[in-house]
Amino acid sequence: MPFKSTVGDYQTVATLETFGFLPPFTQDEIYDQIAYIIAQGWSPLIEHVHPSRSMATYWSYWKLPFFGEKDLGVIVSELEAAHRAYPDHHVRLVGYDAYTQSQGACFVVFEGR
Amino acid sequence: MSKKYDAGVKEYRDTYWTPDYVPLDTDLLACFKCTVWSELLTDLDFYKGRCYRIEDVPGDKEAFYAFIAYPLDLFEEGSITNVLTSLVGNVFGFKALRHLRLEDIRFPIAFIKTCMGPPNGIVVERDRMNKYGRPLLGCTIKPKLGLSGKNYGRVVYECLRGGLDFTKDDENINSQPFQRWQNRFEFVAEAVRSSQEETGEKKGHYLNCTANTPEEMYERAEFAKELGQPIIMHDYITGGFTANTGLAKWCRKNGMLLHIHRAMHAVIDRHPKHGIHFRVLAKCLRLSGGDQLHTGTVVGKLEGDRQTTLGYIDQLRESFVPEDRTRGNFFDQDWGSMGGVFAVASGGIHVWHMPALVAIFGDDSVLQFGGGTHGHPWGSAAGAAANRVALEACVKARNAGREIEREGRDILTEAAKHSPELAIALETWKEIKFEFDTVDKLDV
Repeated sequence: MPFKSTVGDYQTVATLETFGFLPPFTQDEIYDQIAYIIAQGWSPLIEHVHPSRSMATYWSYWKLPFFGEKDLGVIVSELEAAHRAYPDHHVRLVGYDAYTQSQGACFVVFEGR
Repeated sequence: MSKKYDAGVKEYRDTYWTPDYVPLDTDLLACFKCTVWSELLTDLDFYKGRCYRIEDVPGDKEAFYAFIAYPLDLFEEGSITNVLTSLVGNVFGFKALRHLRLEDIRFPIAFIKTCMGPPNGIVVERDRMNKYGRPLLGCTIKPKLGLSGKNYGRVVYECLRGGLDFTKDDENINSQPFQRWQNRFEFVAEAVRSSQEETGEKKGHYLNCTANTPEEMYERAEFAKELGQPIIMHDYITGGFTANTGLAKWCRKNGMLLHIHRAMHAVIDRHPKHGIHFRVLAKCLRLSGGDQLHTGTVVGKLEGDRQTTLGYIDQLRESFVPEDRTRGNFFDQDWGSMGGVFAVASGGIHVWHMPALVAIFGDDSVLQFGGGTHGHPWGSAAGAAANRVALEACVKARNAGREIEREGRDILTEAAKHSPELAIALETWKEIKFEFDTVDKLDV
């Protein structure tokens, strides 16, 4: 009887921090996360960077933080605009928490090609 | 008849019991649970300070709560060591007391401002490690004793490349004959570097600097810094508060994160009628300094009920914690602008606990799976990946408004469709449950 191992080989993957281990989000799933950011009272903020610099602390802002924006549709169209303008860049969405001076949410929405 | 001078000596009890006393904002307040020999129930002369309130302990005929106010000037600025020497010194040995337990301390803001607190705090730690919007994920390296430095570094590498943010020296690992600290630090540093390069994510390993002397402790800390490592570790109760406060100050000065282990705490805090409650030890650690502190898991193999744990987690992370007896907090506690401490949940937890852990501990926590990582049939890297997938699936579901504790099974099963590592982990740990009752419950 030929030897058959049940052990799988785990291959290291390059990931982009939070949600990097989940499959790409669908449109609806992205909406859910934006709605969460808005519901927490955080300011949405879009950043982008060339994949070769993905570990840098500072990514470029897309425009400016959308302070106080409550309209989900605005954020969706800004995300898409950023992706169109920089198709080869990673584009991430941040929920900026002015009270803690931290980011309550941060995940990559579009990966650079 | 000769003249008689009065030296002003008074019966201690006359000065001590002051029910009309209204505590000052600057007083340090303490709540003790006292159990006395029955014939001495009304004999209160074993305290110092001013006892301003006595309460019955619900459901316990023998014990009562004594609330004591201590004037601020009794304590040296910034010295937790001094506070504990004063509050839990001789009184715990008094013959009149059968049991005595320090339940809580209200530190006045005036004292808090004299302490440095966490070297970095939650916000800075997130910025340094580039981790946002989720709990951090860690793991203690096993087998804990006997691995050579190189083999130990291999396990670190496997866990980090698999998707963990941190790995941890076991508290027992200091500098033993099988693995001297310098050798471990070097191999671990390489594992951290390699995994960081390959995954593109920030990684760290808690290098245990707990040592036999302060000099030795600082030497290890300096070497960790030389190797460019982001975080070191200290065992604050066995190492002592003076050592801990010193190391915390070193960390602030040198831009190093500080992970705190709590070996020996259960000796002090487990007995419901004697010792010191962990919420006091947790408050003392926040003041002494640390960026992460072990708090128990609520759901795993170690002691600790949910409400009590939530109560002292608040003390670690919030800037103000109101009095709430249902969480075991006896006083309003104002922390001012002091940085927060990540709550670390570690011990006997596995992937099926993930939804409950995310719900209980929230984002500002580190969830550490030891056996739950290394026990994966495909090895530690696959175990790490399984936990990372499970964690992110729970966070995603929570943000989308789902009740993750109730829907935990569905959420994990769905996520496993895209992750063979998670599917196997769910299979492996299916039957494990921990359902012992806690020994120390809140008296409410």
